[in-house]
Amino acid sequence: MTILNTITTYLTVFAVGGLMCALAQLLIIKTKLTPARILVIFLLTGVLLEGIGVYKYINDFAQAGISVPIIGFGASLARGSIEMARQIGFIGAFAGGLVRTAFGVGVAVVASYAVTLIFSPRSK
Amino acid sequence: MSAIANPIEKRNERYGKYVDSVTPKTGTLKSLWHSFWIGGLTCCIAQGIGDIYALIFPNFSEDLIVNITSMTIITLAILFTGLGFYDIIARKGGAGCFLPITGFANAISSAAMEYKSEGLILGTSVKMFTVVGPVVVNGIVWSTIAGLLNLLILGRI
Amino acid sequence: MSGTTIHKGKNCNFVQVPIPVNKAVRQESKQTLYFHKPVHIVTANAVVGNKEAEGPLKRYFRRIKEDIKLGEKNFERAEILMFDEAVRASLNEARPLVGNAELLISGDLLNQMTTSSYVARNLDLPHIGVYSACSTYTEALSLGATLIDAGHFTSVACATVSHFATAERQFRYPLEYGCQRPPYAQWTVTAAGSCVLSAKGEGPVIRSATLGKVIDFGQNDISNMGAAMAPAAMDTMCTLFRETDLSPKDFDLILTGDLGKLGSDILRNLMREQGYELGQQYKDCGCLIYSVDQNCYQGGSGAGCSASVMNEFVLPRIHDGTYKRVAYLATGALMSTQSCYQGETIPCISHGIVIEGENV
Repeated sequence: MTILNTITTYLTVFAVGGLMCALAQLLIIKTKLTPARILVIFLLTGVLLEGIGVYKYINDFAQAGISVPIIGFGASLARGSIEMARQIGFIGAFAGGLVRTAFGVGVAVVASYAVTLIFSPRSK
Repeated sequence: MSAIANPIEKRNERYGKYVDSVTPKTGTLKSLWHSFWIGGLTCCIAQGIGDIYALIFPNFSEDLIVNITSMTIITLAILFTGLGFYDIIARKGGAGCFLPITGFANAISSAAMEYKSEGLILGTSVKMFTVVGPVVVNGIVWSTIAGLLNLLILGRI
Repeated sequence: MSGTTIHKGKNCNFVQVPIPVNKAVRQESKQTLYFHKPVHIVTANAVVGNKEAEGPLKRYFRRIKEDIKLGEKNFERAEILMFDEAVRASLNEARPLVGNAELLISGDLLNQMTTSSYVARNLDLPHIGVYSACSTYTEALSLGATLIDAGHFTSVACATVSHFATAERQFRYPLEYGCQRPPYAQWTVTAAGSCVLSAKGEGPVIRSATLGKVIDFGQNDISNMGAAMAPAAMDTMCTLFRETDLSPKDFDLILTGDLGKLGSDILRNLMREQGYELGQQYKDCGCLIYSVDQNCYQGGSGAGCSASVMNEFVLPRIHDGTYKRVAYLATGALMSTQSCYQGETIPCISHGIVIEGENV
């Protein structure tokens, strides 16, 4: 039973995550939007989903399928902001998002710096 | 002046339509499929890493598991970028490679590496967020607004 | 109000549009310069990168760089070294034939033309930096031929360079950034081309130069350079045919700079609308330099693209008599990344020259 559950979970993760990426790809092809704009659109979708409280239901269903695409980053920012705003008042809204996502951004910056020290870009 | 501008606009419009009709399009189905499976696979790997962490550290909270999972895949993506094959995968994967958080990591690290030639301070440090800046800035601005709105509408609970 | 007024003011933009006010100006404005002294291309050289050396023209390239970073610490340094090698090679080859060159006209794609200046710094020659993006080479050749024809110089070196990695950084994304290019994108050629023009010596002769107008057909897709540049090529090509009173049949080869497959198809169509049928003799350097299986989308672009194809492939063919008369029109897109983000469309230019074999 647990094995079946795991398989279903992974299939859902694969399908939802894949669909998100396919949707973004469709936007690129059809609208000529630059990747940066599409990233922002998906990010804001995440913020919106979390803001209206829908995100956690989707997350329970799709797990990494929704949290790994940039939507999850947006939702995480919004959730952090909302939670801290509720805890310590309106100034919390400014810090919460960053605090919650600081793990990822922090490691990205540090690891990028480290990688920069070791590797150089190559032309292929 | 408008009399001069008008025929030019007409000509440009006509030319634009003509160019659109001859410009080759990305093979829609094929590229959708590639971004689908590569994106889906990335998510599955992340899910797998998360599940393994949950097994190893059973007393960690769910939030912490999510955090160290994303830290892991971010590190992996940056390592891939450094070794120089993230962009080769991305050429095939398209949105499947830039939409997941790994794309975020790739964007930061590629910019950091690219501007290394101007030095670590004025190059790498200054330009690290050139590509990924829009995501960070918009994320912070709109999440703050979400937090403030939430507080305003629902009040302090 | 002769040929040189074309860059100024309101005359720039409207080309095919009949405007009564400007009619008189258009009739008397001449864009073509004829050279009465024979201006020979005495030596021509190109240094190319490994990707170009794997293309269809691989056996024609003599100087190939397997590592396009040349072991330097950054790609800009490598570009300077490549350019330096190309320029020095042509200067050295020309020295026993026509003596020292007296002037260097060069250009590249980077901001403030740093590559050219750094190369010129070591050469002890007067230097004119020219920029018109990928059409820099024909601009340099026209200018050099004009100066020689006027008798101010006997021999002039003309050179351009482009480098994939440096252009990519300046105009697009970091090298390692994973992004998909659209199928209509082009690949910047890593190549430096240099030649020495002289009133003495022997070699293919530049007969005329047609200076192009800045043409903008309202294209704003920074990836679709071919479509943006094709109208500029069309305009200059029509002017060239009209003013020199030649038709496409009179040429053995009509060569455009770097329109790529898409751009050259568009150009064929545009020329057909103008009443010129470009037949088999029409080729595009961007299409020539890469083969289809090299993943270069529509083909090559960049200042070095047409320069390397011209120098290493076409000029020797003119020299040995395969081609007797060649029209060579390099095209350039004159945008910057800022202007594109600000929503401006892409202004383009094309300068054409006619090169003939010595014995025509």
